Amino acid sequence: MYPNMFSAEQSCWFVRKVICWRAVASIAWAVLLLPSITAVFVILSRFSLLHPIQTVSECLSFLTSASAIFSFILLCGVIIMVGFLNLEYYTVVPTIACSKIALLGQLLHPRQFVNSLAHCIMGIIVAWCCAITIGGRFETIGYPCTQGDGTDSSPQMCLNEYHLILLLAGAFVGLSHSLLGVIYNMNYVSFHTVQQYKYLRFKGSLPLLVKCSATQALYSVRNYIVVYLFLGYVPKAWICKTLNLHLNSSVHPLDSIAGLLDLNLLYQLWISASFLLLTWHITLLLFRIFVTEVYSFPVQSSFTEDAHQCLPKVLTDKQPMILKFLALQDLALLSQHSPSRRCEVFSLSQPGGHPHNWNAMSKECLSLLADLTQRLITYHDTVATNGRAKSLSTGSERKTSSETSDDPMSPRPTLLMRTPASVFARSIVGSPQSPLTAPFTPDLGSPFASPALRRLTAPADPCSPWFGTVQSPHIMRRAPKLWSTSTDSQGNGSPLASPASVPSPKQEASKPSLLAQFLQNRKDQVKHFLAKRVLIMYLFNKLPEASSQALFADSQAHIWALEGLSYLVQASFSEDQFGVVQTALPSILSSMLVLQEAVDRHFKLPHASSKPVRSASSMGDSTHKTLRFALRATLKTAIYRITTTFGNHLNAVQMSAEHRKRLQQFLENKE
Amino acid sequence: MCSLALFPPPLPSGQTTLCESNNELLSGGSGTDDRLKQESSPLSLYFPRESLKLHCRAESSSKAAFLDHSETLWMRSAAAWRDGGFTGLLDEITNSNTEVPTWLSVSSGFTLALLRWFSSFHGSLFPHLTMSSEDMLAEFSQVLNWSDCVVRAFAWHPHADKFAVALLDDSIKIYNPKSATTPTLKHRLQRSVAAVQWKPLCASALAVACQNCLLVWHVDPCSLSTRPSSGCAQVLSHPGHSPVTSIAWSPSGSLLVSASPMDTAMMVWDVAAESCVPLQRVGGGGVTFLSWSPDGSHVLASTPSALFRIWETRMWTCERWPCVKGRCQSGCWSPDGSRLLFTVQGETLIYALTFTDAPAGVPTCTSKGPQAAAVVADLSETTFTTPDGNIIIGGEIQSLAWDPTGERLAVLLKGDLQAADRPAIIAVFKTRTNPIFELLPCGFVQGELGAEARLMQFHPNFQHGALLTVCWSSGRITHMPFYFLSAGVPHFGLGGSPSLPRPQERPADFANQSLFTELLS
Repeated sequence: MYPNMFSAEQSCWFVRKVICWRAVASIAWAVLLLPSITAVFVILSRFSLLHPIQTVSECLSFLTSASAIFSFILLCGVIIMVGFLNLEYYTVVPTIACSKIALLGQLLHPRQFVNSLAHCIMGIIVAWCCAITIGGRFETIGYPCTQGDGTDSSPQMCLNEYHLILLLAGAFVGLSHSLLGVIYNMNYVSFHTVQQYKYLRFKGSLPLLVKCSATQALYSVRNYIVVYLFLGYVPKAWICKTLNLHLNSSVHPLDSIAGLLDLNLLYQLWISASFLLLTWHITLLLFRIFVTEVYSFPVQSSFTEDAHQCLPKVLTDKQPMILKFLALQDLALLSQHSPSRRCEVFSLSQPGGHPHNWNAMSKECLSLLADLTQRLITYHDTVATNGRAKSLSTGSERKTSSETSDDPMSPRPTLLMRTPASVFARSIVGSPQSPLTAPFTPDLGSPFASPALRRLTAPADPCSPWFGTVQSPHIMRRAPKLWSTSTDSQGNGSPLASPASVPSPKQEASKPSLLAQFLQNRKDQVKHFLAKRVLIMYLFNKLPEASSQALFADSQAHIWALEGLSYLVQASFSEDQFGVVQTALPSILSSMLVLQEAVDRHFKLPHASSKPVRSASSMGDSTHKTLRFALRATLKTAIYRITTTFGNHLNAVQMSAEHRKRLQQFLENKE
Repeated sequence: MCSLALFPPPLPSGQTTLCESNNELLSGGSGTDDRLKQESSPLSLYFPRESLKLHCRAESSSKAAFLDHSETLWMRSAAAWRDGGFTGLLDEITNSNTEVPTWLSVSSGFTLALLRWFSSFHGSLFPHLTMSSEDMLAEFSQVLNWSDCVVRAFAWHPHADKFAVALLDDSIKIYNPKSATTPTLKHRLQRSVAAVQWKPLCASALAVACQNCLLVWHVDPCSLSTRPSSGCAQVLSHPGHSPVTSIAWSPSGSLLVSASPMDTAMMVWDVAAESCVPLQRVGGGGVTFLSWSPDGSHVLASTPSALFRIWETRMWTCERWPCVKGRCQSGCWSPDGSRLLFTVQGETLIYALTFTDAPAGVPTCTSKGPQAAAVVADLSETTFTTPDGNIIIGGEIQSLAWDPTGERLAVLLKGDLQAADRPAIIAVFKTRTNPIFELLPCGFVQGELGAEARLMQFHPNFQHGALLTVCWSSGRITHMPFYFLSAGVPHFGLGGSPSLPRPQERPADFANQSLFTELLS
């Protein structure tokens, strides 16, 4: 989604007509909320316990002054800028760094650098406005002072360090906000299972938002104080030099412990940082709420020029991602709540009598599920066979590859969603580097060896209708790999899409020459050599939790696909007059069962945690960490929904013996 | 309009109700072979109070068993902060006035007094806030006399033939007639279980409302283990959301709502992700009882004050229903979710609310309901003359249960614990929802001598009518089948037609007399 942001997305009607307007609305609301937040900030920053009435009158007189209005306009500009950055940087599929080095790369990516710089500058601007608001000793950067011992008192301009420390605090908080945003995936926009009206959702999350901003401000100010204590002299000297200011030696310098132990100063720093973060967080929250609002697509349109805006067409679009997600969300909701729209889904086309709507939707959902299944199998395969390449005989490989090459190639659904890790690898580190990380995949041991997988991917009844959708040449072509290419090989999209471009295992298998052997040994040596270096290991080691998260990063789409399919199938029991769903029932059941098996297998991997980790409440959305659990639960519920609706009628559905056995478990409530 | 007067008189003491067949309730004496037949039924259980290992002391009282300790003030303050929060800390500082400066102890004493005054003010608005959490659970539970009840909660699985029973000793047992093992669930946090419910469209997940949190157990039905480890349980907790008195799964199995009388917000949990969305509304001072309509479109949420809400689950908006007298004690939905029956504390009436489906294409006004509730039954006290003397039946209602076919309604009447002639009893009505709502008397359900009904639930998919499971004060759990042919619900041809005694048209004087029809009102 990064590289073609401008080219592909701007041209899409949906982004132009809906997303942009939603973003504008969210920014407008953020600007409208700004006066009240600013007023609260003014009162809090100028409050003095001993003179409450004086405080109020001072605040009122300040709020009507010209400088206040000017700084308010600046703040509005900052909010608009933040809103624009939100729109520019948001993503519905989180970018999850699978290793420390990947995270580092993310932080140093030029695009991220621009973001950090912008936040830094905006932080300074907000801090300047805060300085104006607080007034008193913070107000100006220079002040007239008399240097020397009073004898040669020539009026000079001296540096007001209080002003400087506030400005730098703004810059620091802005920078840390931007960097933490990368680490905690703050640009990730998640969708909620509980639908609420925008106002109620905003009201509900406001207390948490205030708490988050205050605590984050506290930590940022703490870190800033430490940094300023040690490095504060650098910006001080630089500012003095460029602005031709002097340091007043009679005033205590602030980059010392005594200077920083000023409660009022700390309070002002904290309240300013909280104000800054609160306004930004509110903008972000409003953006999230507006963008994830349900959009109702028409199921079918009577005008051909609107056909591209209808649900069946929109579902199959690959870009922009937000459109696909909203379409899937709409599908899940309509299948659940709206009988009239379901009726349109089950309807037949007028001339011809084909269930085009249902076919397009079910095909898209099934291909999504098949895509996930394949991804899981590949991942499991790399993890399970990692480091076991030599123990397997080459003969069997040759056999498999020759067998499969004769197969008629079924059209493999192109990968619609790339794993974020791969997106990242392409755009940031660059593809030549991705094999570099591979040798350091930890050997996780392989109690789940390939025989078990063979069963999973064994070519079942070739005449069964799901044969073409799930079995892809790629799966059958699997050969023991030397090292893990992890999800990257899968996710790169284009190279694997055509069967011709998977020659490596085949060639290797057919020519177990001395040269290959030699290269093999070299590689092992290099790998062993590098593996001994602790720092490299630390940087390159894959985080098992993260790679599991990355695997399921876009699973919200799969969850909706599962919900949509299962609710539609359930409704079809009584609502489907023409029996259009019946024809797809075997393939739906099979793909769900295959996915169920793959998901089960994934959760049995030694490193996969079986329960979600409790995450502390922060502004970063942690939904992506629990997506795989949600997917597992949704999948099971979806199968049960179908089995409890149809009951023993399912025995009449044609499917392989193994799937029937599996389905029987569900029918007997034993899963 | 006194509905109970039309009921057949209760059985003489010693007789127990066995089942309904041919439109009348059959009973048996305690010594007959009918009794033995019931005993031999695999699902009839008996938990004598003596067999349970109870912990008789509260957690906090263990302090007294240890020697007096001389910790520093800091240690004690930290401990007080951890145990009792801010008020505990203030209390500790005030009490140790010899060690702290005078101004500190005086000011903390002053703050404490202020806090107490404020909380008493708050408590006078919402009296339930001053109760201990055990009392609160007993007050708001659907179980009659919860604190003294051996069986504290009971739940049938919505699809499979198995059920979970929560006992007085804080353990939960799962019974399945098809399997030899009865898993016992115990967890450190599983204390004072107020409600259990199985997740729909799932074989294994069981939600448990505990004193401090919610637990969701995942009990593998194929596992042979009798003591699943506490690792099988997910702990869902939210600060301020305890004790949990009621839970309800959405019929689609995706969401779980939980309620606590201490928390004004109702929590909607996404259990797989362990995340929750608090739904907060002003007024009421807490949420006590939840019931999700079978079609999934509405949730009844009653509060400790004279107010209940009906949430619409599409966009989670609610409508307020102020009651005249007391809080909404219990409620149940008709199978199609179009009608809600509820009772109000302090009244002997059953009210009905009817929800009409919003016309298709107008999605936003689904929460538009009726303007006022209609009274459908009056269960005020009625005296029956039995061979053993007069018995007074009627009064306040503890809970309501409507069977999944919508043909039988069971009402648990509170009675009076002290008076012998006012027993707690279950009154069963015949109901009809289509084409118009009708209520007819059926009879009273009685247990063996000295046993009072505490808790009842209908089996969610009994093939031959309805099956009422009753937990008695003696610790016994019995099942009472009501055999009839359901008119409204189509059978999907799975079980075939019931081969059991068919109801014949045998008009009895009282049974045909309708108590309430919509035409009358």
